[in-house]
This record gives sequence, C-alpha cells and structure tokens, in this order.
Amino acid sequence: MERGMYMRHKEAVIIGAGPAGLKAAKSLCEAGASVTIIDRNKDLGGQLTKQTHKFFGSEKQYASVRGIEILKILLNDLLEYGTQCEILNETSVVGLYHDKVIACVKDDKFFKIKAESIIIATGASEKSIPFENNDLPGIYAAGAVQTLMNQYGVKPGDKVLMVGSGNIGLIVSYQLMQAGVEVVKLVEAAPSISGYLVHASKIQRLGVDILTQTSIKRAIGKEQVEKVELWNLDETWQGMEGSEQTLEVDTVCISVGLAPLTELLMQVGAEVMYVRELGGNVPKIDHRYQTTVKGVYACGDVCGIEEASSAMVEGALSGIHAAFDLGYTIDDEKRKVKALKEELKFLRSGPHAAKIRAGYNKLGVMI
Amino acid sequence: MRVNQHPILSFDTKEEITFTFNGKPMKGMMGDTIASALHANGVKKLSESIHLKRPRGFYCAIGNCASCNMIVDGKPNVRTCITPLKEGMRVEFQHGKGHVYET
Repeated sequence: MERGMYMRHKEAVIIGAGPAGLKAAKSLCEAGASVTIIDRNKDLGGQLTKQTHKFFGSEKQYASVRGIEILKILLNDLLEYGTQCEILNETSVVGLYHDKVIACVKDDKFFKIKAESIIIATGASEKSIPFENNDLPGIYAAGAVQTLMNQYGVKPGDKVLMVGSGNIGLIVSYQLMQAGVEVVKLVEAAPSISGYLVHASKIQRLGVDILTQTSIKRAIGKEQVEKVELWNLDETWQGMEGSEQTLEVDTVCISVGLAPLTELLMQVGAEVMYVRELGGNVPKIDHRYQTTVKGVYACGDVCGIEEASSAMVEGALSGIHAAFDLGYTIDDEKRKVKALKEELKFLRSGPHAAKIRAGYNKLGVMI
Repeated sequence: MRVNQHPILSFDTKEEITFTFNGKPMKGMMGDTIASALHANGVKKLSESIHLKRPRGFYCAIGNCASCNMIVDGKPNVRTCITPLKEGMRVEFQHGKGHVYET
C-alpha cells in the first residue's frame, strides 16, 4: 500500500452517498460550500440503487416514484454544481480522528483529508438471528439478495424462504417473484405481520403463505443450504418441539431489521446511546443534527432506522446547518428549515412510526 | 442464474468479462462485482470461517460483513461483493486470515 505524501484540506466532507448523504451534499452546494462525498461503492446512491419499488411517504419526498428513479434525480441535482461537488467513490474511510482528520483508502492508496465539517451518513447494516447453521452459504440478508438481483441481475437461487415480515421482507419477496424466483414461504416470529398490509396482501395474492408465530429452527446442508426446518413459537416466543416442518429451499433471506453503522461516530468521539427503538447505538445529536463533536453531523439511518424518505429530509437539514456553521448565508433559511421539519413530522406521524417517535423521545431529540 | 425477464428492469446482454476462479476460467459480465459473477457461475462458497473452517457465502452484499473476503490478484481480504469484476482477474479462495502482501 502506498502512502499519500500530503494531507488534503477540504471544506465539507460527507461520508456515505445514500439518500441522506446526497441530500446533504445538495444543501451544502446550494449554500456555496465545497463538498467532497466519500463512498466505498462504485455507484453512488446507497440502497436506492436496488430499490425498484415505488416510495410511500409524501409527495415532496418522491412518493410513488421508484427508488432507482429518485436516485437519478438526486444525482442530477448534484451535477449542476460541477467541481464544487467532488466525488470519491470506491473509497473506504478507515479511520476518523477527533481533529476531523479522515483516513481513506482508494485504489490501494492511503491518504488523509482534513475537513472543516463532516457529515456522517453511513446508514445501517442488516442484522441476523441465531439458529443452527445460520452461516451456511445460501443464507443471505434480504437486502443483499435485493442487491444481487436488482443491481447485478443475478438470481440468489430457485426456492427461497423469507424470514421476517417487515417491509423489507415483504417487498423483497415480491421482487424475488418479479425476477422469476419462487418464494416458498414467509415466516414471522411475532403473532402478526409487521410491515404494511398492502405489501403483504400483494404477495399473498400471488400465493405466498405467510406463517406468523413461526421461525426457522435450523438450516440443513453441507456446503450450502439444501433444506430448512421451521417450527411454531409459543406465547413466550419459544420453539415448540413436535411442530417442526421441513422445506426444500436453496436460499434463506433474513429480514429481521437493521442496526445503525455508528463505528465512525464512535471513533471520532461522538457520544452514542443505545436506543432499541432506533435499532441500536445511535449518536446523541442536537436539533441541528450536530453530534457531541463540534462540526461533526449525522443524518439518515445512522441516527436511527427509518425510511429513505426521512433520511432525505434529515440529509437536507443537516446540510443546511453544516453550511450555516461554516459561515454561509442560506437564502430563506428559517422558512426552509421549518418546512423540512414539518415534512419530517408528517413522515413520522402514522401508527407505524410510533416506535421511531418513542426512540427519539428516549434520545431527547425533538421531532 | 441470471435474471432473464423482469417487469421493471432490463438486463441487456453486456460485454463479457473473463476471469479465473482457483485457476478455472469463468465468464462474468460488465457491471458485475466479483461476488455476483461467481454467484452467476453457481459458486456460493466464497470463504471459510477462520477457526472451524465452516463454509461462508456473502451475507450483506454491500461491503459490511467481511463474509465474502477472497484473494484477488494475490491480494487477500478483498471485499468481493463491492469490488467490480475486471478482465483477467485471478480470484482465489482464501483459507483463513490473509497474509501481508506487497503492491
């Protein structure tokens, strides 16, 4: 590995080019700041790159537009700023220091960036659950399968068991069928389906059985999944002996929630707090999305697991605040911030967002 | 294992890329990552656990979990799920931890 000979100085650096990061970039560019976006992937967009479904939420956040189309809009918005918005793709941030020095690796070269302002929009990672042989090839996170199919056009297998009935589990089940893969069953440990019923009905109409109070007991196979054993759960969520059934599948999709990717926040010394409702450790942010480290902001799923719609609004807001703190005047700032906050409030208003509201309440953040 | 027909997406036939897996020639497509190309060739086992040597495939497909680490062109611990496939790449199964290498 070669060493970069010098430290690059940058004004505003955004780590993570998903919906939150791209919107933050736009706010900062609009205000006149020079922006550097870092992402470890070749293609920018985070999980939007594979979201073929139409969004819910509000019209302002592109409801009824497909994720992949929203991404085109977001990238196009940034194009007009030309070199004001620098993009470092295929670049991994490997260290983040208290003095806002970012250690990066790109093309096997190591270099450092000293930033005046940093926005962390690293998103989240998919969780797993414990069961026998849960590490066999063929057992993938549901979002991973979505990436494989929708971004690269490769089927994960022929027969799939989906574990978890949240929106990702339901939507990915439908998208598996669109790609020509059979979804044999969907199991949910809770007594009821946890995602939107409109998504559940869609796959039920296509003949997918959704079994509640059911979980995977073990996967069977030598080098990869050949079969799975399911079992029913009792009221205390314990597996019931004697209720086992075997299914022939070659793929198991795990869709049991996400956890915020807060490692960089911890490295930089930002205070984090465990909030179960938000998916795990989340940064303590103030109402301006600033962490406990001055000049370091966080937005999107890394602040708590929500929908991409809210991530976009949070991104736009954190970008405005970061630009202001860098000394830029933002046209109509107060009105813009107020409108975005109301937008966020609306997105978090339904019964499905009760958990999110409780989470931010615990964190002490006004929403 | 490629998606042939899709109601929303179109996966037109793209330029083919030749690479090797453990010395065996394989074909992928322009736009593939190493892991997606291997999967399309039916290769699901990408690595093994360090101590018990249990087979591992990818898990997250977005560069988080390290379950897909392989040796690529002599370099160990390459996250094959986010590394674009390139013509002539030598992809090898990685046994255990990676070794220190020179570029």
